[in-house]
Amino acid sequence: MHSGACALTNPAPPLLSASGLGMIRGERVLFRDVSLTLGAGEALLLRGPNGAGKTTLLRILAGLTRPEAGAVSRGAAMHWFAHREGLKPVETPRTHLALWASAWGSGADCEMILTRMGLARPADVPARHLSAGQRRRTALARLLLEDRPVWLLDEPYTALDAEGRKLVDDLIAEHRAKGGALIAAIHGEAGFAPSAEVSL
Amino acid sequence: MSRPAPILAAFRQAFGEAWAGGAGALLPLGFLGGAAVLVPLGIGSDGDTLRAVGPGIIWVALALSSLVTLERIFQADTEDGTLDLWLQADAPVSAIAAAKTLAHWLAAGLPLALFSPLLALMFQAEASGELILFAGYYALGSLAFFFWGGVGAALSATVRRGGLLISLIALPLFVPTAIFGALAMSAGPGSTGAPLLLAASTLFACAVAPYAMAAALRLAAD
Repeated sequence: MHSGACALTNPAPPLLSASGLGMIRGERVLFRDVSLTLGAGEALLLRGPNGAGKTTLLRILAGLTRPEAGAVSRGAAMHWFAHREGLKPVETPRTHLALWASAWGSGADCEMILTRMGLARPADVPARHLSAGQRRRTALARLLLEDRPVWLLDEPYTALDAEGRKLVDDLIAEHRAKGGALIAAIHGEAGFAPSAEVSL
Repeated sequence: MSRPAPILAAFRQAFGEAWAGGAGALLPLGFLGGAAVLVPLGIGSDGDTLRAVGPGIIWVALALSSLVTLERIFQADTEDGTLDLWLQADAPVSAIAAAKTLAHWLAAGLPLALFSPLLALMFQAEASGELILFAGYYALGSLAFFFWGGVGAALSATVRRGGLLISLIALPLFVPTAIFGALAMSAGPGSTGAPLLLAASTLFACAVAPYAMAAALRLAAD
Protein backbone atom coordinates (compact mmCIF):
# COMPACT_ATOMS: atom_id res chain seq x y z
CA MET A 1 0.00 0.00 0.00
CA HIS A 2 3.05 2.26 0.18
CA SER A 3 3.61 2.66 -3.52
CA GLY A 4 1.79 2.21 -6.77
CA ALA A 5 3.80 -0.86 -7.66
CA CYS A 6 2.87 -2.47 -4.37
CA ALA A 7 -0.80 -1.76 -4.98
CA LEU A 8 -0.52 -3.52 -8.33
CA THR A 9 0.90 -6.69 -6.86
CA ASN A 10 -1.34 -6.45 -3.79
CA PRO A 11 -4.91 -6.18 -5.01
CA ALA A 12 -7.59 -4.58 -2.87
CA PRO A 13 -8.15 -6.40 0.43
CA PRO A 14 -11.06 -8.87 0.31
CA LEU A 15 -14.51 -7.66 1.33
CA LEU A 16 -14.80 -10.61 3.66
CA SER A 17 -12.45 -13.39 4.59
CA ALA A 18 -12.53 -16.24 7.05
CA SER A 19 -9.92 -18.78 7.98
CA GLY A 20 -10.04 -22.04 9.86
CA LEU A 21 -13.65 -21.70 10.96
CA GLY A 22 -14.94 -24.54 13.07
CA MET A 23 -18.18 -25.00 14.92
CA ILE A 24 -19.52 -27.47 17.45
CA ARG A 25 -23.22 -27.88 18.15
CA GLY A 26 -24.02 -30.04 21.12
CA GLU A 27 -21.45 -32.83 20.95
CA ARG A 28 -21.18 -32.86 17.17
CA VAL A 29 -18.59 -31.14 15.05
CA LEU A 30 -20.71 -29.20 12.58
CA PHE A 31 -17.84 -28.23 10.30
CA ARG A 32 -14.14 -27.62 10.67
CA ASP A 33 -11.40 -25.72 8.93
CA VAL A 34 -13.62 -23.72 6.60
CA SER A 35 -11.77 -20.88 4.92
CA LEU A 36 -13.03 -18.49 2.31
CA THR A 37 -12.39 -15.09 0.81
CA LEU A 38 -14.80 -12.85 -0.99
CA GLY A 39 -13.68 -10.18 -3.42
CA ALA A 40 -15.57 -7.53 -5.36
CA GLY A 41 -18.11 -8.93 -7.83
CA GLU A 42 -17.83 -12.48 -6.52
CA ALA A 43 -20.66 -14.80 -5.62
CA LEU A 44 -19.94 -17.68 -3.28
CA LEU A 45 -22.35 -20.58 -3.13
CA LEU A 46 -22.72 -22.58 0.09
CA ARG A 47 -23.67 -26.17 -0.54
CA GLY A 48 -24.50 -28.95 1.87
CA PRO A 49 -27.34 -31.17 3.02
CA ASN A 50 -29.86 -30.04 5.65
CA GLY A 51 -28.18 -29.67 9.01
CA ALA A 52 -24.69 -29.30 7.54
CA GLY A 53 -24.32 -25.89 9.14
CA LYS A 54 -24.88 -23.51 6.24
CA THR A 55 -27.03 -21.13 8.29
CA THR A 56 -24.61 -21.33 11.22
CA LEU A 57 -21.69 -20.49 8.92
CA LEU A 58 -23.58 -17.49 7.55
CA ARG A 59 -24.39 -16.34 11.09
CA ILE A 60 -20.72 -16.62 11.99
CA LEU A 61 -19.76 -14.57 8.93
CA ALA A 62 -22.39 -11.98 9.90
CA GLY A 63 -20.93 -11.74 13.40
CA LEU A 64 -24.08 -13.04 15.07
CA THR A 65 -22.61 -16.33 16.27
CA ARG A 66 -19.15 -16.84 17.65
CA PRO A 67 -17.16 -19.67 16.02
CA GLU A 68 -15.45 -22.31 18.16
CA ALA A 69 -12.32 -21.91 16.07
CA GLY A 70 -11.00 -19.58 13.40
CA ALA A 71 -11.52 -15.93 12.68
CA VAL A 72 -13.52 -13.72 10.34
CA SER A 73 -12.25 -10.43 9.00
CA ARG A 74 -14.85 -8.06 7.65
CA GLY A 75 -13.72 -5.35 5.30
CA ALA A 76 -17.12 -3.98 4.31
CA ALA A 77 -20.68 -3.43 5.48
CA MET A 78 -23.09 -6.34 5.10
CA HIS A 79 -26.72 -7.05 4.46
CA TRP A 80 -28.30 -10.00 6.24
CA PHE A 81 -31.20 -11.89 4.71
CA ALA A 82 -32.32 -15.04 6.48
CA HIS A 83 -35.25 -17.35 7.20
CA ARG A 84 -36.64 -15.06 9.84
CA GLU A 85 -37.54 -12.00 7.88
CA GLY A 86 -37.26 -9.45 10.68
CA LEU A 87 -40.84 -8.33 10.12
CA LYS A 88 -43.11 -7.45 13.04
CA PRO A 89 -46.68 -8.77 12.67
CA VAL A 90 -48.07 -5.24 12.87
CA GLU A 91 -45.65 -3.76 10.34
CA THR A 92 -46.67 -3.19 6.74
CA PRO A 93 -44.09 -3.35 3.92
CA ARG A 94 -44.20 0.45 3.78
CA THR A 95 -43.68 1.06 7.52
CA HIS A 96 -41.04 -1.68 7.62
CA LEU A 97 -38.97 -0.02 4.92
CA ALA A 98 -39.49 3.42 6.44
CA LEU A 99 -38.29 2.14 9.84
CA TRP A 100 -35.09 0.61 8.53
CA ALA A 101 -34.45 3.53 6.20
CA SER A 102 -34.49 5.78 9.24
CA ALA A 103 -32.44 3.35 11.34
CA TRP A 104 -29.76 3.13 8.65
CA GLY A 105 -29.93 6.78 7.67
CA SER A 106 -30.85 5.82 4.11
CA GLY A 107 -32.27 8.33 1.70
CA ALA A 108 -33.54 5.67 -0.72
CA ASP A 109 -36.90 6.10 -2.41
CA CYS A 110 -39.06 3.56 -0.58
CA GLU A 111 -41.96 3.87 -3.03
CA MET A 112 -39.71 2.95 -5.92
CA ILE A 113 -38.33 -0.03 -4.02
CA LEU A 114 -41.85 -1.22 -3.16
CA THR A 115 -42.85 -1.06 -6.81
CA ARG A 116 -39.68 -2.79 -7.91
CA MET A 117 -40.29 -5.65 -5.45
CA GLY A 118 -43.90 -6.06 -6.58
CA LEU A 119 -45.17 -4.84 -3.23
CA ALA A 120 -47.06 -1.77 -4.40
CA ARG A 121 -50.42 -3.45 -3.91
CA PRO A 122 -49.91 -4.99 -0.44
CA ALA A 123 -47.79 -2.03 0.71
CA ASP A 124 -50.22 -1.19 3.53
CA VAL A 125 -51.17 -4.71 4.61
CA PRO A 126 -49.86 -5.75 8.06
CA ALA A 127 -47.27 -8.53 7.85
CA ARG A 128 -49.51 -11.01 9.67
CA HIS A 129 -51.85 -10.92 6.65
CA LEU A 130 -49.10 -11.13 4.03
CA SER A 131 -48.29 -14.36 2.20
CA ALA A 132 -44.94 -16.02 2.85
CA GLY A 133 -43.66 -14.83 -0.52
CA GLN A 134 -44.74 -11.25 0.15
CA ARG A 135 -42.95 -11.32 3.50
CA ARG A 136 -39.79 -12.57 1.77
CA ARG A 137 -40.07 -9.81 -0.80
CA THR A 138 -40.41 -7.22 1.96
CA ALA A 139 -37.26 -8.50 3.62
CA LEU A 140 -35.46 -8.55 0.26
CA ALA A 141 -36.49 -4.94 -0.26
CA ARG A 142 -34.24 -4.01 2.67
CA LEU A 143 -31.24 -4.92 0.50
CA LEU A 144 -32.08 -1.96 -1.73
CA LEU A 145 -32.34 0.56 1.10
CA GLU A 146 -28.63 0.94 1.46
CA ASP A 147 -25.67 0.06 -0.73
CA ARG A 148 -23.66 -2.48 1.20
CA PRO A 149 -20.88 -4.37 -0.57
CA VAL A 150 -21.55 -7.78 1.00
CA TRP A 151 -24.85 -9.66 0.97
CA LEU A 152 -25.31 -12.76 3.11
CA LEU A 153 -28.31 -14.66 1.77
CA ASP A 154 -29.77 -17.74 3.42
CA GLU A 155 -32.02 -19.55 0.95
CA PRO A 156 -32.99 -16.41 -0.98
CA TYR A 157 -35.45 -18.29 -3.24
CA THR A 158 -37.59 -19.81 -0.49
CA ALA A 159 -41.33 -19.18 -0.87
CA LEU A 160 -40.86 -17.01 -3.97
CA ASP A 161 -42.76 -17.53 -7.22
CA ALA A 162 -41.04 -17.65 -10.62
CA GLU A 163 -41.24 -13.90 -10.98
CA GLY A 164 -39.80 -13.46 -7.49
CA ARG A 165 -36.87 -15.77 -8.27
CA LYS A 166 -36.18 -13.77 -11.39
CA LEU A 167 -36.24 -10.63 -9.27
CA VAL A 168 -33.64 -12.11 -6.91
CA ASP A 169 -31.41 -13.02 -9.87
CA ASP A 170 -31.75 -9.50 -11.28
CA LEU A 171 -30.89 -7.92 -7.92
CA ILE A 172 -27.86 -10.17 -7.58
CA ALA A 173 -26.67 -9.39 -11.13
CA GLU A 174 -26.99 -5.63 -10.53
CA HIS A 175 -25.26 -5.93 -7.17
CA ARG A 176 -22.30 -7.78 -8.70
CA ALA A 177 -22.08 -5.38 -11.62
CA LYS A 178 -21.68 -2.56 -9.09
CA GLY A 179 -18.76 -4.39 -7.47
CA GLY A 180 -20.81 -5.98 -4.71
CA ALA A 181 -20.32 -9.54 -3.57
CA LEU A 182 -22.47 -12.17 -1.92
CA ILE A 183 -22.48 -15.47 -0.16
CA ALA A 184 -25.64 -17.51 -0.59
CA ALA A 185 -26.78 -20.82 0.80
CA ILE A 186 -28.93 -22.38 -1.89
CA HIS A 187 -30.41 -25.82 -2.45
CA GLY A 188 -30.94 -26.72 -6.06
CA GLU A 189 -30.28 -24.51 -9.01
CA ALA A 190 -28.88 -21.00 -8.58
CA GLY A 191 -30.03 -18.47 -11.15
CA PHE A 192 -26.64 -16.84 -11.36
CA ALA A 193 -23.12 -17.98 -12.12
CA PRO A 194 -21.26 -18.49 -8.84
CA SER A 195 -17.58 -17.66 -8.77
CA ALA A 196 -16.90 -20.48 -6.31
CA GLU A 197 -18.63 -23.08 -4.20
CA VAL A 198 -18.04 -24.05 -0.60
CA SER A 199 -19.26 -27.50 0.41
CA LEU A 200 -20.02 -28.29 4.03
CA MET B 1 -19.10 4.79 14.88
CA SER B 2 -22.63 5.06 16.06
CA ARG B 3 -25.49 7.40 15.35
CA PRO B 4 -28.63 8.11 17.35
CA ALA B 5 -30.83 7.13 14.38
CA PRO B 6 -30.93 3.35 15.07
CA ILE B 7 -31.69 4.00 18.73
CA LEU B 8 -34.59 6.29 17.87
CA ALA B 9 -35.87 3.76 15.34
CA ALA B 10 -35.73 0.98 17.95
CA PHE B 11 -37.67 3.21 20.33
CA ARG B 12 -40.34 3.96 17.73
CA GLN B 13 -40.71 0.32 16.75
CA ALA B 14 -41.05 -0.80 20.37
CA PHE B 15 -43.52 1.96 21.19
CA GLY B 16 -45.67 1.08 18.21
CA GLU B 17 -45.49 -2.60 19.11
CA ALA B 18 -46.45 -1.90 22.72
CA TRP B 19 -49.62 -0.13 21.64
CA ALA B 20 -50.55 -2.47 18.84
CA GLY B 21 -49.56 -5.81 20.29
CA GLY B 22 -51.17 -5.98 23.70
CA ALA B 23 -53.63 -3.09 23.71
CA GLY B 24 -50.85 -0.92 25.10
CA ALA B 25 -51.45 0.58 28.50
CA LEU B 26 -54.95 -0.86 28.77
CA LEU B 27 -53.83 -4.40 29.57
CA PRO B 28 -51.57 -3.57 32.54
CA LEU B 29 -54.06 -0.91 33.68
CA GLY B 30 -56.80 -3.51 33.68
CA PHE B 31 -54.50 -5.86 35.54
CA LEU B 32 -53.69 -3.25 38.18
CA GLY B 33 -57.32 -2.21 38.50
CA GLY B 34 -58.50 -5.79 38.80
CA ALA B 35 -55.93 -6.61 41.46
CA ALA B 36 -56.89 -3.50 43.40
CA VAL B 37 -60.59 -4.31 43.28
CA LEU B 38 -60.02 -7.82 44.59
CA VAL B 39 -58.14 -6.71 47.70
CA PRO B 40 -61.03 -5.04 49.58
CA LEU B 41 -63.14 -8.11 48.77
CA GLY B 42 -60.49 -10.28 50.36
CA ILE B 43 -59.61 -8.33 53.48
CA GLY B 44 -62.83 -6.48 54.14
CA SER B 45 -63.82 -2.87 53.73
CA ASP B 46 -62.40 -1.54 56.97
CA GLY B 47 -60.99 1.90 56.12
CA ASP B 48 -57.95 1.80 58.41
CA THR B 49 -56.81 -1.61 57.15
CA LEU B 50 -57.23 -0.59 53.52
CA ARG B 51 -55.34 2.65 54.05
CA ALA B 52 -52.48 0.71 55.63
CA VAL B 53 -52.12 -1.93 52.92
CA GLY B 54 -53.02 0.23 49.91
CA PRO B 55 -49.54 1.51 48.95
CA GLY B 56 -48.06 -1.97 49.33
CA ILE B 57 -50.70 -3.49 47.09
CA ILE B 58 -50.05 -0.86 44.44
CA TRP B 59 -46.30 -1.61 44.53
CA VAL B 60 -46.96 -5.31 44.11
CA ALA B 61 -49.40 -4.69 41.26
CA LEU B 62 -46.88 -2.39 39.53
CA ALA B 63 -44.18 -5.03 39.82
CA LEU B 64 -46.42 -7.77 38.47
CA SER B 65 -47.82 -5.72 35.63
CA SER B 66 -44.31 -4.79 34.48
CA LEU B 67 -43.58 -8.51 34.26
CA VAL B 68 -46.78 -9.12 32.29
CA THR B 69 -45.75 -6.42 29.80
CA LEU B 70 -42.17 -7.50 29.44
CA GLU B 71 -42.81 -11.16 28.85
CA ARG B 72 -42.51 -10.94 25.10
CA ILE B 73 -40.46 -7.85 24.28
CA PHE B 74 -37.25 -9.68 23.39
CA GLN B 75 -38.76 -13.10 22.78
CA ALA B 76 -40.75 -11.74 19.85
CA ASP B 77 -37.60 -10.12 18.45
CA THR B 78 -35.79 -13.44 18.56
CA GLU B 79 -38.63 -15.28 16.87
CA ASP B 80 -39.26 -12.85 14.02
CA GLY B 81 -35.58 -12.18 13.30
CA THR B 82 -35.65 -8.52 14.28
CA LEU B 83 -33.03 -9.18 16.95
CA ASP B 84 -30.47 -10.15 14.28
CA LEU B 85 -31.05 -6.85 12.53
CA TRP B 86 -30.74 -4.80 15.71
CA LEU B 87 -27.54 -6.61 16.69
CA GLN B 88 -26.07 -5.55 13.34
CA ALA B 89 -27.27 -1.97 13.62
CA ASP B 90 -24.80 0.87 13.87
CA ALA B 91 -25.41 1.48 17.57
CA PRO B 92 -24.49 -0.18 20.88
CA VAL B 93 -26.84 -3.06 21.70
CA SER B 94 -27.17 -1.71 25.22
CA ALA B 95 -28.56 1.57 23.87
CA ILE B 96 -31.02 -0.29 21.64
CA ALA B 97 -32.17 -2.43 24.58
CA ALA B 98 -32.52 0.62 26.81
CA ALA B 99 -34.55 2.44 24.14
CA LYS B 100 -36.90 -0.51 23.80
CA THR B 101 -37.33 -0.81 27.57
CA LEU B 102 -38.00 2.89 27.90
CA ALA B 103 -40.61 2.70 25.14
CA HIS B 104 -42.44 -0.09 26.95
CA TRP B 105 -42.25 1.80 30.23
CA LEU B 106 -43.76 4.88 28.59
CA ALA B 107 -46.52 2.78 27.05
CA ALA B 108 -47.35 0.64 30.06
CA GLY B 109 -45.45 1.67 33.22
CA LEU B 110 -45.94 5.41 33.32
CA PRO B 111 -49.71 5.27 32.71
CA LEU B 112 -49.98 2.88 35.66
CA ALA B 113 -48.11 5.29 37.92
CA LEU B 114 -50.29 8.16 36.75
CA PHE B 115 -53.36 6.11 37.61
CA SER B 116 -52.16 5.30 41.11
CA PRO B 117 -53.87 8.26 42.88
CA LEU B 118 -57.21 6.91 41.71
CA LEU B 119 -56.38 3.48 43.09
CA ALA B 120 -55.19 5.03 46.34
CA LEU B 121 -58.62 6.63 46.66
CA MET B 122 -60.14 3.18 46.24
CA PHE B 123 -58.07 2.16 49.25
CA GLN B 124 -59.66 4.95 51.26
CA ALA B 125 -56.63 7.25 51.16
CA GLU B 126 -57.46 10.88 51.80
CA ALA B 127 -57.46 13.00 48.69
CA SER B 128 -54.45 15.29 49.00
CA GLY B 129 -51.38 16.53 47.16
CA GLU B 130 -49.52 13.64 48.74
CA LEU B 131 -51.11 11.28 46.24
CA ILE B 132 -49.53 13.21 43.35
CA LEU B 133 -46.13 12.96 45.02
CA PHE B 134 -46.69 9.24 45.51
CA ALA B 135 -47.52 8.91 41.82
CA GLY B 136 -44.03 10.31 41.17
CA TYR B 137 -42.53 7.65 43.45
CA TYR B 138 -44.49 4.96 41.64
CA ALA B 139 -43.24 6.29 38.31
CA LEU B 140 -39.61 6.22 39.51
CA GLY B 141 -39.97 2.77 40.99
CA SER B 142 -41.72 1.29 38.01
CA LEU B 143 -38.90 2.54 35.75
CA ALA B 144 -36.49 0.43 37.80
CA PHE B 145 -38.94 -2.50 37.60
CA PHE B 146 -38.99 -2.26 33.82
CA PHE B 147 -35.22 -2.15 33.48
CA TRP B 148 -34.71 -5.16 35.77
CA GLY B 149 -37.61 -6.93 34.11
CA GLY B 150 -35.92 -6.24 30.78
CA VAL B 151 -32.85 -8.16 32.00
CA GLY B 152 -35.09 -11.11 32.83
CA ALA B 153 -36.81 -10.81 29.46
CA ALA B 154 -33.48 -10.72 27.61
CA LEU B 155 -32.16 -13.73 29.52
CA SER B 156 -35.28 -15.75 28.73
CA ALA B 157 -35.57 -14.50 25.13
CA THR B 158 -35.02 -17.96 23.68
CA VAL B 159 -37.16 -19.77 26.24
CA ARG B 160 -40.66 -20.65 25.16
CA ARG B 161 -43.08 -19.69 27.93
CA GLY B 162 -40.35 -17.67 29.59
CA GLY B 163 -42.79 -15.60 31.64
CA LEU B 164 -42.19 -17.51 34.84
CA LEU B 165 -38.45 -17.39 34.33
CA ILE B 166 -38.57 -13.62 33.97
CA SER B 167 -40.36 -13.38 37.32
CA LEU B 168 -37.77 -15.61 39.01
CA ILE B 169 -34.90 -13.54 37.65
CA ALA B 170 -36.40 -10.08 38.05
CA LEU B 171 -38.38 -10.21 41.31
CA PRO B 172 -35.30 -10.35 43.59
CA LEU B 173 -33.92 -7.33 41.73
CA PHE B 174 -37.13 -5.44 42.48
CA VAL B 175 -36.54 -5.69 46.24
CA PRO B 176 -34.40 -2.58 46.89
CA THR B 177 -36.73 -0.39 44.85
CA ALA B 178 -39.80 -1.74 46.63
CA ILE B 179 -38.22 -1.20 50.06
CA PHE B 180 -37.09 2.37 49.38
CA GLY B 181 -40.39 3.14 47.69
CA ALA B 182 -42.39 1.97 50.70
CA LEU B 183 -40.02 3.85 53.05
CA ALA B 184 -40.42 7.03 51.05
CA MET B 185 -44.18 6.81 51.37
CA SER B 186 -44.32 6.04 55.05
CA ALA B 187 -41.88 8.90 55.68
CA GLY B 188 -44.38 11.31 54.13
CA PRO B 189 -43.92 14.42 52.00
CA GLY B 190 -41.27 16.33 53.98
CA SER B 191 -38.55 13.67 53.94
CA THR B 192 -35.68 13.47 51.48
CA GLY B 193 -33.64 10.45 52.55
CA ALA B 194 -35.83 7.60 51.36
CA PRO B 195 -36.95 9.30 48.12
CA LEU B 196 -33.31 9.92 47.23
CA LEU B 197 -32.50 6.28 47.87
CA LEU B 198 -35.46 5.31 45.69
CA ALA B 199 -34.12 7.56 42.92
CA ALA B 200 -30.65 6.11 43.40
CA SER B 201 -31.93 2.55 43.04
CA THR B 202 -33.70 3.54 39.83
CA LEU B 203 -30.58 5.24 38.48
CA PHE B 204 -28.57 2.15 39.31
CA ALA B 205 -31.04 0.01 37.36
CA CYS B 206 -30.94 2.36 34.36
CA ALA B 207 -27.13 2.36 34.40
CA VAL B 208 -26.49 -1.35 34.84
CA ALA B 209 -29.44 -3.15 33.26
CA PRO B 210 -28.78 -2.09 29.62
CA TYR B 211 -25.36 -3.77 29.66
CA ALA B 212 -26.81 -6.93 31.17
CA MET B 213 -29.56 -6.91 28.53
CA ALA B 214 -27.01 -6.44 25.74
CA ALA B 215 -24.91 -9.37 26.95
CA ALA B 216 -28.00 -11.57 27.29
CA LEU B 217 -29.26 -10.63 23.82
CA ARG B 218 -25.92 -11.43 22.18
CA LEU B 219 -26.08 -14.80 23.90
CA ALA B 220 -29.64 -15.32 22.68
CA ALA B 221 -28.56 -14.75 19.07
CA ASP B 222 -25.47 -16.96 19.38
